[in-house]
Amino acid sequence: MRITHPSRRAVVGGIAAAALAAPQVRAQPGPVKIGFSISKTGPNAGGANVTTLPNYQLWLKETNDAGGLRLPGGQRRAIEFVEYDDRSQSEEAVRNIERLVNQDKVDLLLPPWGTAMNLAVAPSFNRGGFPHLASTFFVERQPELVKRWNNMFLFLDRPSTAITALTDLLATLKDKGLGNTVALASVQDQFGLELVSAARAGIARAGFQIVMDRQYPPGTQDLAPIISEAARLKPDMFLAFSYPPDTLALTEQARIAGLNPKVFYTAVGTAFPLYKQRFGANAEGVMGIGGVDVTNPRIKDYIERHNRIVGREPDRWASTTTYSTLQVLTQAIERVGIDKAALVRDIGANSFDTILGPIKFVDNQRVDQWWVGQWQQGEFVALAPTKVGGTKAPIFPKPAWPTA
Amino acid sequence: MNAKDWIVPLAILAAAAVLAPLPLVAGSYWMALLVNVLMYAVLATAWALFSGPTHYVSLATAAFFGLGAYTMAFLGEKLPLALVYPVAALIGAVIATIVGLSTLRLSGVYFVIFTFGLAELVRQLVTWAEAKYGGTVGRFVFIDVTQQGIYWMLLGVLVLVLLTGFLIQRSRLGWALKAIGEDETVARHAGIDTTVAKVAVFVISATFMTVVGAIMAPRWTYIDPSIAFNPIISFQVLIMALLGGAARLYGPILGVVPLATLFEILQANFPNSFSILLGLAFLVIVYFVPSGIVGLIDQGRDVLGRAGRRRAHPAE
Amino acid sequence: MFLVDVILSGLILGGIYALIAMGLSLQYGVARIMNLAYGEFTIAASFLAYVMFTVAGVSPILALAVAMPLSFALNWAVYRVLMTPLVRRAKSPGALEVDSILATFGLLFVVQGILLMIFGGSYVSYSYLAVPVQIIGSTVALNRLLAAGLAVAIALALTLFLMRTRIGTAIRAVSVNPAAAPLVGIDTTAYAAFAFGLGGALVAASGVLVSMFFTFNAAMGVVFTMKALIVVIMGGVGNIFGALVAGLILGLAEALTAAFLDGGLTLAVNFALFLGILLIRPTGLFGKAAR
Repeated sequence: MRITHPSRRAVVGGIAAAALAAPQVRAQPGPVKIGFSISKTGPNAGGANVTTLPNYQLWLKETNDAGGLRLPGGQRRAIEFVEYDDRSQSEEAVRNIERLVNQDKVDLLLPPWGTAMNLAVAPSFNRGGFPHLASTFFVERQPELVKRWNNMFLFLDRPSTAITALTDLLATLKDKGLGNTVALASVQDQFGLELVSAARAGIARAGFQIVMDRQYPPGTQDLAPIISEAARLKPDMFLAFSYPPDTLALTEQARIAGLNPKVFYTAVGTAFPLYKQRFGANAEGVMGIGGVDVTNPRIKDYIERHNRIVGREPDRWASTTTYSTLQVLTQAIERVGIDKAALVRDIGANSFDTILGPIKFVDNQRVDQWWVGQWQQGEFVALAPTKVGGTKAPIFPKPAWPTA
Repeated sequence: MNAKDWIVPLAILAAAAVLAPLPLVAGSYWMALLVNVLMYAVLATAWALFSGPTHYVSLATAAFFGLGAYTMAFLGEKLPLALVYPVAALIGAVIATIVGLSTLRLSGVYFVIFTFGLAELVRQLVTWAEAKYGGTVGRFVFIDVTQQGIYWMLLGVLVLVLLTGFLIQRSRLGWALKAIGEDETVARHAGIDTTVAKVAVFVISATFMTVVGAIMAPRWTYIDPSIAFNPIISFQVLIMALLGGAARLYGPILGVVPLATLFEILQANFPNSFSILLGLAFLVIVYFVPSGIVGLIDQGRDVLGRAGRRRAHPAE
Repeated sequence: MFLVDVILSGLILGGIYALIAMGLSLQYGVARIMNLAYGEFTIAASFLAYVMFTVAGVSPILALAVAMPLSFALNWAVYRVLMTPLVRRAKSPGALEVDSILATFGLLFVVQGILLMIFGGSYVSYSYLAVPVQIIGSTVALNRLLAAGLAVAIALALTLFLMRTRIGTAIRAVSVNPAAAPLVGIDTTAYAAFAFGLGGALVAASGVLVSMFFTFNAAMGVVFTMKALIVVIMGGVGNIFGALVAGLILGLAEALTAAFLDGGLTLAVNFALFLGILLIRPTGLFGKAAR
């Protein structure tokens, strides 16, 4: 399936660009074929449809409206997408990539959504030498993986780094009257478990005390038992390493049960516009994974464009990260063209200017990024780590839930 | 065995001999497609070994497939690869024996959902145990098995499962299974040890499924319980086998090939309306191919046969 | 008061499970259709409630008045158009089972595909009646309490309806022996279609009610189907009261496991309980002897 959006503006723009670049006018080459396999259906569809797919579409439309991808000579080539649904199954993802590479002969590949899917296709990306710019990929063993696949660039650091940012932030709140009891809840899968095991160590380092440490199977939306236990223990901090549906359920239950810790943290989904829409003023002061620098005009502009073109707001963690991968790709192509090996070299060596600020890789790993965000007056702002810049001071203690 | 009895095994081996050199000519994409077809061909044929004659519809395929995948993930880097597959088979056989013995009193839909619940229980237990003792859920499977390697292994297992099915059909066991499928009580009264017959074939079927899981795991680099024990596998196998016709040894393959092709065509051409088109295709199949592909073939053969007889005996 | 908290939250969860399963119990128990597209109808009703609430500000309770008749009609039509030919051609209950699995598997994809086209795959959620209520010193969410309470009310009303009315008696006759029912002048197909439609109305009720507190997307129907299958089979096919009891047992077990054993084992305990009960009672808690 091929989808292109050559709007009239794009055509006009393309002609204009060609006219400007008149000295080098040559026969216009065909579009750059970019393929991807993503979970349009199945259990992963929820994540892919919020964070990944809209950004791919946004990038396609904007790039083609501007006349296409700019190549080293200043010449532009439109993008043509070839996209498949992996139905949230690894086997389908592998086959889709084989089809993209061998049948459709795509020039470049974009990654699928999620850690497991990225791992399933990583060997195929590697075999074909395709730059693999993974944004929704988050696992402790990352350093070892990028050694194995040197074409892979990871836009998220490891879970333990995310936790260090969180516990460092919490440690600074000690002087401001944060007590030392922590209640932990985590979803029982790779994401939740790696975060919670890092959290246990980090909490011990910070000198806090764990009073509750509960897990629940993925997909659980009835979390009343966990929340009522936490409410009974009245911890100073409630930290949940959760996924979107459980993030919403935990928040709602906490509000109902009157669980009012000084720090309330939930993981994926907190940064979703859905969170704000569902909880409104109740979201104020809730911390979560991600966050952006809302004062940065480029972020504001990105949110506005996403809203206009996709029809809804992006989330403030994985969406912005995913979009930054596409900016990196665009800029690298501008320097070296559609040459896979050259792209891999270029991305590894250079610094890129993105909506998240400058991005640079150390051993194929992006290092500095925001890990803790907080809802402040309807915006999900970055709080930590402060060394990245663009962070705000936390609202502390979190105000008690307003009555519904 | 007389000369006629050799036809089926020879045909199986001949077909395998034709398919074996394909990796030498087919490109990577075609291999991926063939691996998918072979995987479901083995699973569906193994499924039908038990469920075909007995009419016990099992949704436990994912349980055994997942056990195999996890065996590979656990032992792949610790044992020589050639040993991992027999170990997986053994684990599958042991678990299947326990399951087989425990489900003897169940029948009909209760058996169906029991096997489904079982697969989910195994998945939950694996998740919990991994979380508790492994510290994380999900395992990397860094084992260098090429796509060609997987293809040849699956082809080998397919030959084995077909030959096994052929032998079972010809044996007293096959006859006992058919009797069970027709009426279990009568079969028992006729002196058939239904317990042994059912459990034996259930174990054989599950063992093949487990081995397929072990073969496939390295292809995905990473498995977690939701990948390894995906209930979609159970449903897809069931649908393919039923569509082909579970009563014949070759029936499930006749379901797998067209369905896998259909999936592929829809997936490649309609990524945004895959679900609807697949659903409609299913409905068409159910209403217009009521007794499976095997049924169609039988009908066709009847028609041809009658025509042939008519030609031979015009007076009839 | 900890134990009260746990038991109460378990009962509420159990009520929700029963609510999700009751429609299937009717559809499978009476009409003999193993409806794998069941959960897609649940989600469709959830989306309907969501749209009515967010676009028109209609309360989900009022949405029930729209969703239930609509779903009744739709499911009735599904039975009449799609299932009746299968029932007619089926030579045995086993053949119907296989055919209905295949057909509703197709239907599952069609309905899911339509939902995906309209709503995309993103998560959806809204807030309604998310207010705390005090019961015996324990705090629960009103929307969940309402859903569980309605489940009990529906189960009791349906059981009474099946036991005390003529239509109910006819439905039970069809359920117990579809072959013999025509002999006493019962139009099996008409009653089966009615029961299937009624099951559809219950699906819609559960979909609308759970949408008040569940986060859902177009791909999540399967979750409901699988939950419902477990509850229905555990309770005994065709037994609404059995579904209620099974749901409550599973809900309680889940809450108790989370509180006293290990939160990560909740679903494992549920499935183990389900398997254990079938091993002791091969036709479920309240099931008749094997068919």
